[in-house]
Amino acid sequence: MNRETRIAWINGLLLPFLNIFTAFAVTAVVFWLIDVNPIEAAEVLLYGAFGYEEGIGYTIYYTTNFIFTGLAVAVAFHAGLFNIGGEGQAYVGGLGAGLAILMLDPSLGAWVFIPASIIGALLFGALWALIPAYLQAYRGSHIVITTIMFNFLASSLMVYIMVHVLRETGQMTPQSELFPTNAWMPFVHDVAAGFSYSIEASPLNLSVLLALLCSVLVWFFLWQTRWGYAIRATGKNNTAAVYGGIKPKRIIIIAMCISGALAGLVSINELVGYQHRLIMDFHLGYGFGGIAVALMGRNHPAGIIVAALLFGTLYQGGAELAFEMSGVSRDIVVVMQGLVILFCGALDYMYRPWLIRTLAPVAKQPVLSGSTTGAAA
Amino acid sequence: MTTFAIELTDIDKRFGAVHANNKVCLQVKLGNIHGIIGENGAGKSTLMSILYGFYQADAGQIDVLGKAYTFTDSHQAIAAGIGMVHQHFMLVENFTVLENVILGSEGGALLANGLAEARKELTRLGDEYGLKVDLDATIDTLSVGLQQRVEILKALYKGAKILILDEPTGVLTPQETKELFRIFAALKQQGVTIMLITHKLREIMSITDQVSVMRGGQMVAHRDTCDTSREELAELMVGRKVLLKVDKGPANVRALLMQVKRLTMKDAQGVERLKDVTFELRAGEVLGVAGVSGNGQTELLEALAGITPITSGSIEVLGKKMDAKHPLAPDTLRQLGLAHVPEDRHRMGLITDFSASESALLGYHADRNINTGIWLSKHKVDANCEQLMHAFDVRPVDPHLKSASFSGGNQQKLILAREMERNPEILLIGQPTRGVDIGAIEFIHERIIAMRDAGKAVLLVSVELDEIMSVSDRIIVLCDGAISGRIDAADADERTLGMMMANALDPIDPLQTMNDEKVSSNNLSAQEAHS
Repeated sequence: MNRETRIAWINGLLLPFLNIFTAFAVTAVVFWLIDVNPIEAAEVLLYGAFGYEEGIGYTIYYTTNFIFTGLAVAVAFHAGLFNIGGEGQAYVGGLGAGLAILMLDPSLGAWVFIPASIIGALLFGALWALIPAYLQAYRGSHIVITTIMFNFLASSLMVYIMVHVLRETGQMTPQSELFPTNAWMPFVHDVAAGFSYSIEASPLNLSVLLALLCSVLVWFFLWQTRWGYAIRATGKNNTAAVYGGIKPKRIIIIAMCISGALAGLVSINELVGYQHRLIMDFHLGYGFGGIAVALMGRNHPAGIIVAALLFGTLYQGGAELAFEMSGVSRDIVVVMQGLVILFCGALDYMYRPWLIRTLAPVAKQPVLSGSTTGAAA
Repeated sequence: MTTFAIELTDIDKRFGAVHANNKVCLQVKLGNIHGIIGENGAGKSTLMSILYGFYQADAGQIDVLGKAYTFTDSHQAIAAGIGMVHQHFMLVENFTVLENVILGSEGGALLANGLAEARKELTRLGDEYGLKVDLDATIDTLSVGLQQRVEILKALYKGAKILILDEPTGVLTPQETKELFRIFAALKQQGVTIMLITHKLREIMSITDQVSVMRGGQMVAHRDTCDTSREELAELMVGRKVLLKVDKGPANVRALLMQVKRLTMKDAQGVERLKDVTFELRAGEVLGVAGVSGNGQTELLEALAGITPITSGSIEVLGKKMDAKHPLAPDTLRQLGLAHVPEDRHRMGLITDFSASESALLGYHADRNINTGIWLSKHKVDANCEQLMHAFDVRPVDPHLKSASFSGGNQQKLILAREMERNPEILLIGQPTRGVDIGAIEFIHERIIAMRDAGKAVLLVSVELDEIMSVSDRIIVLCDGAISGRIDAADADERTLGMMMANALDPIDPLQTMNDEKVSSNNLSAQEAHS
């Protein structure tokens, strides 16, 4: 195995594993400090996430959200952009999906509603990312700042729309009327029942297939098309991209719109798949979680699916943990997630120099005339 | 007292499987100027890093001025009397010369005392070695030659008895180089030992007393400079006979392919980087652009390639015209048949994180031959890269290897292959042989001449005068963004070009100015007789 391959393995597999392990080890110390048996807690968490059908359903349901936002962050990242605005884009995407459904005639079939809501979510999510993208490309406003601001804007905008425009008549709760049943993304347990296969009811719906499809499409787009090539070239080396005839302004717009659109799809899982109405704050946490998921998944769809599953597990298992064990509050679960993000995100490269020194020591290559070899083993 | 300033015995250093220094022995006589030459990767830098305490040798002995040392960091080397002037200067740009010199040896919390003492000492050093610098000038107001002088002063101030200079002349004009060599002579007279690391054989021949040649991690020869020749040294470096001259016939100049008129370009700060540049480029010729690095060559290449917009003037290229209002994008120009090998291959020429096959696609990723519908055909992308690698002898032939893993010469050959194999009408080429081994230089020059002979137009930008003189047919010289000289390569010699580069030739009779080119007289110092 040559050095490059070794480093790829270290970065891709060993490093995330070590980081998660460290995060869990520190979590165990925290549990131990508050007199909770860490091993028992781990058992409860794993049982909650994978121990029974409904738990598994929830875990995958949460995972679906993280796949969407993780992909969103990754696409922008490959263009060299840090999209912090997944929260806002998911939220506004929900408005798109909701409006598409509420404005259509309720008697229409699912084959109209489902595609319409997906298109609505994609369009509105993209639109919410388009404005910061435009500001970055043509006005030089930093995308990190603008996307954060747009999260707040999205929040305020949605409060206004929910309270004043879309609130169900005669209700005090700021939520829209229930979507017609035709517009619901089918639950997995219902679909299974259709094949006379009985599983416990859970929020898990067919959006998970959409998430997997998006993963494949993102991979295909980034690595198998000329547009993906242009995006990655811009992200890796802007100067070289310009030299190669790629127009970075256009790339910023394209990458951010795709990113926003992917984030918008969270609402398909949450609203069209489970809540069946437009509600407030359905998106909370997924946009930011997506950043950690993308970082941990090394911005590759396959990695993102795995990382999203980890976060889904923490979400569901953590909820179970807070519910089952006295002494463990919901906040401890947040601490646990925080530690995973800390070690997989901020301290991602903590072990890297050491690992590379021991497992893939530097070998300077001899450059002899005419017999130059590549990376030495 | 020993006669050797530095004595290295059986220095051995391995990086993994690579033997960077293989039982290297070197004796540098006290008070001599000793040259060390070798191709990239021959082990020169490793050896110097060991001597300066950056690396530690796996085995071997270092004696400095007769005492044995094991250096674990550069402070110990400095204490032993070794000073190093790096290729890239280590100066704080907005500090004065004085402040830069005392950096790291301030002598107490308050600067006043240290500064006063340093001033005294530096004045003494300056007088003794003929190293005159205004001690109160800030670094960014000094020319590159003077900045280098500050580096030398800094080393002497720290008590260096032995100076190591890594490629010191790469950034200098011929005149500045001459001045540097005068300083070397003065230093030598005062008993300072100088080690000169370079790949320029001409300099080795003109200034050194002894020369050592490295190849493949080994010392292959030691010579007294008076007993050797450039040809012998080149052969020793490469390990085979090398043609130092480029073999080419007379140019067969044909149609006008590019006409640049009064091209002016300002940067983001409003500084004029190109001033009123006018020239033409014809099929079947190589037009050389000479000049000290940083005098507008980079901007000229980027303007011609459509990368940076121009401020005024116009460029007619292959039947299309671009000016400030109507720019042409790099991809449009490329489709017209204008290829561009950029000066800086890491910053612009390829994407070091990409695989070779992806880098070989840069600028051509939308090509129909590689795309099938929306697919970027991996198979064709790899095949394209492999074909380029075979055509230009890029090694190793592995399209999946990361671009960064190739040696400089092979990276450059890959870029050249990408730009030349599509048979462009015009080739813009910047610093084609920077950081490239001698063997590869020969090859690259041959390819450029072959393109010229095939009736293509080549614009060659280089800071290497030898290269400009041997490859070009005509030469224009840039100084401070303006054309300061035009000359036929046949009439060019180093002195004339050097004067043009410094814009120091007396303005000649304006009547000699070509009638089809309007050039302001203060820009124009020398004018070729050209039809």
